[in-house]
Amino acid sequence: MKRELVYPVFERFWHWTQAALIILLGVTGFEIHGSLHFFGFRQAVNIHSVAAIAFLILICFAVFWHLTSGAWRQYLPTSTNIRAQVDYYVTGIFRGAPHPTKRSVLSKLNPLQKLVYAGLKVLVIPLMVTTGLIYMFYRYPQQYEVISLNIEGLSVVAAIHTLGAFLLVTFLIAHLYLTTTGTTPTANLKAMVTGYEDLPDEQAVAHERNLLLKTETVS
Amino acid sequence: MRRLLFSLALLSALIMLVINILPEPGGERTPHEILRAKHSVTRKPSVDHAKFSVLDGPFENPQDVTRVCISCHTERHIEVMQSSHWNWERIEYIEGKGIRKVGKKNILNNYCIGISGNEQACNRCHIGYGYGDASFDFKNPYNVDCLACHDQSNLYMKAGAGMPDPNVDLAKVAKDVGAPTRTNCGTCHFFGGGGNNVKHGDLEMALFEPSREMDVHMAVDGVNMQCVACHTAEQHQMLGKLYSVSSMNRDRVSCETCHGGLPHADKVLNNHTLKVSCQTCHIPTYAKDHPTKLQWDWSTAGQLQDGKPFSQVDDQLGVETYMSTKGSFVWGKNIKPEYAWFNGTASHYLLGDTFDPADTLQMNSLRGSYDDPDAKVVPVKIHRAKQIYDVEHNYLIQPKTVTNHPGDSAFWREFDWQRASAAGMREVGLPYSGKFDFAQTVMYWPINHMVAPASKSVTCAECHTRQGGRLEGLNDFYMPGRDRVLWIDRAGAGLLVLTILGILVHGTARFIVSRRRNGGH
Repeated sequence: MKRELVYPVFERFWHWTQAALIILLGVTGFEIHGSLHFFGFRQAVNIHSVAAIAFLILICFAVFWHLTSGAWRQYLPTSTNIRAQVDYYVTGIFRGAPHPTKRSVLSKLNPLQKLVYAGLKVLVIPLMVTTGLIYMFYRYPQQYEVISLNIEGLSVVAAIHTLGAFLLVTFLIAHLYLTTTGTTPTANLKAMVTGYEDLPDEQAVAHERNLLLKTETVS
Repeated sequence: MRRLLFSLALLSALIMLVINILPEPGGERTPHEILRAKHSVTRKPSVDHAKFSVLDGPFENPQDVTRVCISCHTERHIEVMQSSHWNWERIEYIEGKGIRKVGKKNILNNYCIGISGNEQACNRCHIGYGYGDASFDFKNPYNVDCLACHDQSNLYMKAGAGMPDPNVDLAKVAKDVGAPTRTNCGTCHFFGGGGNNVKHGDLEMALFEPSREMDVHMAVDGVNMQCVACHTAEQHQMLGKLYSVSSMNRDRVSCETCHGGLPHADKVLNNHTLKVSCQTCHIPTYAKDHPTKLQWDWSTAGQLQDGKPFSQVDDQLGVETYMSTKGSFVWGKNIKPEYAWFNGTASHYLLGDTFDPADTLQMNSLRGSYDDPDAKVVPVKIHRAKQIYDVEHNYLIQPKTVTNHPGDSAFWREFDWQRASAAGMREVGLPYSGKFDFAQTVMYWPINHMVAPASKSVTCAECHTRQGGRLEGLNDFYMPGRDRVLWIDRAGAGLLVLTILGILVHGTARFIVSRRRNGGH
């Protein structure tokens, strides 16, 4: 085992700010939608708008960071090991099997994470941002009389925005649960807070895997 | 360390940006200050009519007063005679009906039905002298009643057919004249339909001396604006009209004239002004002080006790719920308006139009929808009634109700629908089959007055709510907080439930397995 800085400061700042904003946007958003009553409608709208703008700013910085640091490569989906990762969650985890994906500073994400995070980044978040912006500014084309930009109403925009919100909440819940699937239930959380994680070195991984295989063949 | 500093710098930049985007506190409101300043100045008239010997009188008849008025104001009567206050009609274009003269002469309303045959009573509010029947001479300038609008003595009173009450000292009134006040306008406009606040719901006696709670603009403890501050006149042509008797989108008074199109300090509120009229939020209730009539059923009229007309009074509201002359009423006080799309044009049922008695007849209908870029949501008083109609000709009957002399068939004296209908229809020149019944009718009265202080305006959640919101009836658009795509909500909720269930199953299994494994060790 060796202690490594897996999540640099910006990545952690971005992750937690994003988490807070998404939770805030979720609560206020579902209040605007009529499903929750917490802040009161007017306050919910105000908070939602401010949080949305904060989120936009954060996205700009995150995109910049991902591009300049090359971290965007983390999310390139891969087909290798997907099956193994699924098998791990379905059966391996119960046998105390090791994670099939070797984690390193350069490759923090397992193939399922890559797939889901990439999906969020290229599909769900842009969808939410686009529909959110239309929601926010739908009046302004008319105000400035750019008639070609007019939209008739919010029904489609709101429907897509709501759909995206449900996906994000689902992700959030599943994501929270999956953080407990590290070497210990709080290991991943600690790493995301401190930035440091005890990464198993290659030999240890190989050793464990061999042990497991042996026990399986013996039984 | 450098990274930490970088992150801190980023964070502070983010916070600064968000703070800048937060809605500004609504402290300075220059346009309002300008408006306040403008209306706090009382204009001093340039002449004192009391000093004019030509007004010493005595005046034999009111026409002589007008003769003196126009001897100085030489062309004013011509302006007045072009106004709708004088003609009681306008030339309007009604979609589907073409260009028509529209006004009290040919529009039936949901209350006392119509003026024809009833001029003695209805026309006491006409600004002419002696409009007692259809033969009134609209071209005689001396019939123009200057005093009704310009009297400042509060001694002037009108009586039958628009003549002054015989007890009025015309000379005294004529020497005390000025720009119209709320009293001048309200004397007629607050009492439409035969009593205080009966018709409009938002125009009533309380507006003679209203508080800020009653009406922020007219408040005596506030800006104290007179009607003519908004209903300005250019050559006696007043801005503003009511859509019970008018069809076209012109000469409207709008809040935006003074307040602008984006009057709030809050962007979210300003976004609403594209589709929501100012009145919708700023007039949360109407009929604040005195009840207004909401329903009028003429079909029960004519019942007598011991051969005599009688009436019943609602103990709580102190108003008649039944009158032998008029039928049964439902009144209401402090009413939440109903809401409609309105683009400034209206349609009307005109005298002689046929209709299907199986459907509710719209006496007037406001045009507009969500898709109409000119339409906004407006608050309305919707008045519902049962009106008498001819079952063979399928049109409303104009009955004669007011009596001029015994034996003239007036319903309010004889209580005979047959005779009243025959006489009334003869008056308007339409055939009457002799068979009548009563049909459901509705009439839309846009609510524009009794603007509440901003702190009392309609709150967001009163509309943006799943059920029972103020705009529950307007369903041609998507409103956040009220509307949803049901399948998305259901699928979304299902997805969440499945996820949580999966986690529970998976987590429990993990827990059990790990305990067993640890126990085994």
